Amino acid sequence: MLKSLFLRAPAVTGLSLLIIALLLSVSIAFPPFLDPVNLKSAFDDTALLMMMAVGEMFVLLTRSVDLSVAANAALTGMVVALFNAKYPGAGILPVLLISLVMGSALGAFNGLLVWKLRIPSIVVTLGTLSVFRGLVYIISGGAWVNSGQMSHAFLNLVRLPLLGINLLSWAGVLVAILAFLFLRYSLTGRNLYAVGNNPEAAAYAGIDAGRLQCVAFMLSGAIAGLSGYFWVARFGVAYTDVASGFELQVIAACVIGGVSISGGAGGVVGVILGALFLGIIKNALPVVGISPFFQLFISGMVITVAVALNSGTQRKTHGRHILESSKVTP
Amino acid sequence: MSKALSSNYTPGLPIAWKKILLKWETLLGLAVIADFGLNTYLSPYFLNPWTLSDASFNFTEQAIVALPMALLIIAGEIDISVGSTIALCSVAMGLAAKAGFATPWLVGLGIFTGFLAGCFNGFLVTRLRVPSIVATIGTLTLFRGIAYALVGNGVLKSYQPDFAYFGQGYVIGPVSFEVTLFAFLALVFAVALHKSVIGRRIFAIGANPVASRLSGIPVERYKFWIFALLGATAGLASILLTSRLGSTRPSIATGWELSIITMVILGGVSINGGQGSILGVVLAALFIGLVTFGLSLLNFPGIVLGIVTGTLLIGVVAISSALGQSGRRRRS
Repeated sequence: MLKSLFLRAPAVTGLSLLIIALLLSVSIAFPPFLDPVNLKSAFDDTALLMMMAVGEMFVLLTRSVDLSVAANAALTGMVVALFNAKYPGAGILPVLLISLVMGSALGAFNGLLVWKLRIPSIVVTLGTLSVFRGLVYIISGGAWVNSGQMSHAFLNLVRLPLLGINLLSWAGVLVAILAFLFLRYSLTGRNLYAVGNNPEAAAYAGIDAGRLQCVAFMLSGAIAGLSGYFWVARFGVAYTDVASGFELQVIAACVIGGVSISGGAGGVVGVILGALFLGIIKNALPVVGISPFFQLFISGMVITVAVALNSGTQRKTHGRHILESSKVTP
Repeated sequence: MSKALSSNYTPGLPIAWKKILLKWETLLGLAVIADFGLNTYLSPYFLNPWTLSDASFNFTEQAIVALPMALLIIAGEIDISVGSTIALCSVAMGLAAKAGFATPWLVGLGIFTGFLAGCFNGFLVTRLRVPSIVATIGTLTLFRGIAYALVGNGVLKSYQPDFAYFGQGYVIGPVSFEVTLFAFLALVFAVALHKSVIGRRIFAIGANPVASRLSGIPVERYKFWIFALLGATAGLASILLTSRLGSTRPSIATGWELSIITMVILGGVSINGGQGSILGVVLAALFIGLVTFGLSLLNFPGIVLGIVTGTLLIGVVAISSALGQSGRRRRS
């Protein structure tokens, strides 16, 4: 049974074993890591990464890439923080609604440019990345929104304890489950794979690739927007550089989890493991007592090694840029 | 099928291609002139040789890196680790300066560190077959991480006085060393890309890697050396930047990869490879430089410039797409 598991999903199985080994070694060598407070906080961190990585996966599946997720989160987070500061009595429902609607609107903007104008997604999101960041500065005037200006409901939603972990962690789990069901059982979810795997065949089957790319961007945007609110509430502050550079970690989590950058391959389980892997390392390093200045180095090392190893397992999926030499030699 | 046939129809291609090029660069050239006029109109301080020389400093270093980046993107790859490479080179030079090495050694070390970083990227992409965007996301974090691990939150500034020439010196009158170097390199890259066998092969690799390989071009070797060249050029830019600032922090050149890639794409290089020109990249660099400088003359904060660059990038590519000259060919 173990063998068949390995054959079916080598990346996923290998990664889960690696994560278990990592967890065991860190917990045995540094028991403070297992402190419930630390674990909860680690899970909350990972949940944010997990949610956004799931969103990014939708986009990657369709052979696109969304570099604007972190900027989207920053912009949406700032908007809801300002809204909350201005109308503290409005409650939490409008905040959630705004973050979802605004996030998906920003995602749709990306998606429409990719779909209707056929601009490569990397160009579109490279542009919107700067634009969204700039807008955060403009609407906030460069000022911070601190936890003192946020209402209790706004701040405490993510900290609501539920069966041992915080609501934020549950949100991550929920997003993952919904994404899993969506990809496995819905027509749109299946079509995302079809478009990424073979766009020509998908077109002959009557699937509009552009429309699905747009849908993927909207989903990614909606999740990014929601994560933006969670991020701001969790850290109790909104400012221009919120989640700056986080898009790279999001993509790294996807790639480590076996999502192919050239589309059509990957799944929710892998992405969760990828996010867990990065999240555990990020949260274990301070416990192990490594200087913060070395943490980026170690993360970089881990990401580079992981993507290098993972690309070996993905050889059968041919990329846009990389062509197998085996296909060429007669 | 008919679509495939038309896109493989080569005899008519060079002419159409030239026409597009001409159009694109005319557009950019007009934009540069228009912005030049606008800046002159908006600020009385703009039209002064020394102001213009000052204006050149904030984009020349990025523009120098944009030249080999154009080659790389034309060849169908991308490198988003250049900002981190610059930081790594700067840290290497800073540490060497602290250890008492003279300026010529620092210059050599800066370029060599960049070269090694580029080789590492090239190795990941061409040997281990990691898609370049993924590989360089990893090295972006890795190189920056090494820079932080070596320096922490410290500053390295024990540079000799003569090191300041590269980023602050002038060749004749208000013509800075940086601009002279950029003009020279632009010329070299333009000749190499448009007038040499190497350049033709780079275009071929980007347009159709399989056909290139079948016709005997060592595709992987070419890609590897372009990565190495890009790294070395990032090292060169690092010398200029470090010399201009006079100090090294590990956060130096953060986010530069985006501005550099924006210059290249705005310059008409297709993100899908196989299309582009050095002239376009130079004009795009000038344009971005003028727009940013104009805005800073009007006291706009740096982050707002991001909105302008981002909008420009999308807007210009959208216009070109609407005109029907986008890189649709290899998108699906």
